[in-house]
Amino acid sequence: MMLDVQEATVRYGAITALHGISFQINEGEIVTLLGANGAGKTTTLRMLSGLHAPSSGAIFFEGADITNVKAHDFSAMGISHVPEGRRIFPQMTVEENLEMGAFKRSSAYHDDMSRMYETFPILKDRRKQLGANLSGGEQQMLAIARALMAQPRLLLLDEPSMGLAPMIVETIFRIIADIRKQGTTVFVVEQNAAQALRLADRGYVMENGRIVFSDTAQNLLHDERVRAVYLGESVES
Amino acid sequence: MQTFLRNPHLRRFGISFLVMELVALMTGPPGSTQTPTAGFRGSFFEASSFYGLFRTQRWVVFLALAVVVFAIWSGWLTQGSVIRTTTSKALTYPRAVTQRKPVRWSLLGVALIVALLLPRIVDDAFWHSAMTEQIGVFVLLATGLNVVVGFAGLLDLGYVAFYAIGAYTTAWITGSLPTPAPFHGHFDPFVAIPVAIVIVMVAGILLGAPTLRLRGDYLAIVTLGFGEIVTIFANNLYGITGGSQGSGPIPHPVLHVGPLHYVWSLKPVPYYYLLLVFLVIFLIAFSLLEHSRIGRAWTAIREDEVAAESVGINPLKYKVMAFAIGASTAGFAGVVTASQSNNVFPSSFTLQSSINILVLVIFGGMGSIFGVVVGAIIIQVAYSYLLHTPPQGYQSADLYMYLGALLVLMMIFRPSGLIPSRRRQREMVLSKAGEGHMDEVLTGDTP
Repeated sequence: MMLDVQEATVRYGAITALHGISFQINEGEIVTLLGANGAGKTTTLRMLSGLHAPSSGAIFFEGADITNVKAHDFSAMGISHVPEGRRIFPQMTVEENLEMGAFKRSSAYHDDMSRMYETFPILKDRRKQLGANLSGGEQQMLAIARALMAQPRLLLLDEPSMGLAPMIVETIFRIIADIRKQGTTVFVVEQNAAQALRLADRGYVMENGRIVFSDTAQNLLHDERVRAVYLGESVES
Repeated sequence: MQTFLRNPHLRRFGISFLVMELVALMTGPPGSTQTPTAGFRGSFFEASSFYGLFRTQRWVVFLALAVVVFAIWSGWLTQGSVIRTTTSKALTYPRAVTQRKPVRWSLLGVALIVALLLPRIVDDAFWHSAMTEQIGVFVLLATGLNVVVGFAGLLDLGYVAFYAIGAYTTAWITGSLPTPAPFHGHFDPFVAIPVAIVIVMVAGILLGAPTLRLRGDYLAIVTLGFGEIVTIFANNLYGITGGSQGSGPIPHPVLHVGPLHYVWSLKPVPYYYLLLVFLVIFLIAFSLLEHSRIGRAWTAIREDEVAAESVGINPLKYKVMAFAIGASTAGFAGVVTASQSNNVFPSSFTLQSSINILVLVIFGGMGSIFGVVVGAIIIQVAYSYLLHTPPQGYQSADLYMYLGALLVLMMIFRPSGLIPSRRRQREMVLSKAGEGHMDEVLTGDTP
């Protein structure tokens, strides 16, 4: 087991956002977390990237307790977070953004940089351009590439399809599948349930700050409850 | 009547007229409580000459000025785009040239030589002391504050506190305070330089570590408070700082290193050279720092703190570092001021001076070392000039009126400063357009 969340509760002041959730991610998997707006998906990811410590419960990563590790120490530990809304550095060039991704690494990272340009050829063309001048899809790719520059063993993605055209989403998800093939475990939080389930091995479904059920992605894709609530018409087509 | 008022020409003229009559009122004689209308009468119905062309009453003079303003305004509206493109071309051309390395280095070399020869070129006692006390010290202070405000993007309204700590450390080390110096010694101000720099850096860390978790406006308020606390302590701890009486006489530095022997005196020029040496060192250090790993971390934090954290930058650590490094120049400036002026008074370290230093940074261009140095020189030279040859009826408080007007104009026409850093300028344009996350306060990042 790579990541093990045990009974984690997160509170924002008086409001409890997560009511003791537990889930696991195994090495080499793609796991997705589904849920409607306000179900607690983003809070879960914020907790997993150290932005908000759980008030009770525990998180283990590769056997080590990381419950109270600070956000900026996560990348050195092997967990990279692609934040919601991409959040690339707008006034740095693509190249500088990638260099920032390797901020914590002391070894040479230029091989990784050229590897990123192979995975994302469009970024190579845009190498000298400012992050702010990229399109939404290019920014998302840059955000993923920047996270990969830290050589993570676990990649956390928050809504990678948000605000992107369907064709771009297709490309992004194909790249995520490739990333897993290269040996990085992926945890993806998505609103686009159909896409996410086709990509993932397993899925968890959240409602009101609780994980209500979990199954393999294949089963979830055909589950009546999931289809009714999250997929609507998209499965039929 | 309605359509009459809507006439754009008429409205423009009306505004010009009102503004100029307001200027007439501002530049006119002050009124008094006995004759409250005297100010008005003096402002409008006093004989005055319009550049010696004709003698008439003041309101006519300002009516003529209003016509001129109206003409320029109308001209700008019709020919404005031509003028703007011409000026922006004229401004980009030298920039394109100065970007070239040999040109840039030779320009810096020329600037250094001019700075070295300046006390010979300008042979005037007033300007010698202005060069040191007004220009040199404030350029140094602005350079330091630029690290905090420009590089790391933290608004510090209490920067003068570090300057005060530097000055009081000098007084303490040289045994000029009521509280005895360490080891009951009377050290040379040269010893105070490293001690003061270390102490202000520690003060920066002590202030920064608990407060830099705050963002934006909250941080500004805390630093404002810190500045006030230091001044109030200096004012009221009679037994330690000497209170409002200030310190005892502080000795001048004495240099005996190998073949070098020099004793500083009340003369400002030797202090000018001392400042210049350290200014060059600080400038080199800061420009190296800007492009170092630390500088990149500052840029990342300024642009998007959450993203910076996600790539493994500890924002608190780097912000505290910016505070401490920025404070170091203030510590040194404090040593020079204290030993040159021979004593330290709490009244030299007010909120007003904090704001003045901030104005220098904003005027020059936040984040641009070169811009801040040039901006600080321009403002401090203008300030010294007003002290040296004040216009008729000038009072020292008028300076702030001019400074305020200058800042308002800057904010309208060149908000990123005189010689902005390119990255900082782009960030400003973006954050105005609502993109990017610069200076974002608590939006969704922190519940």
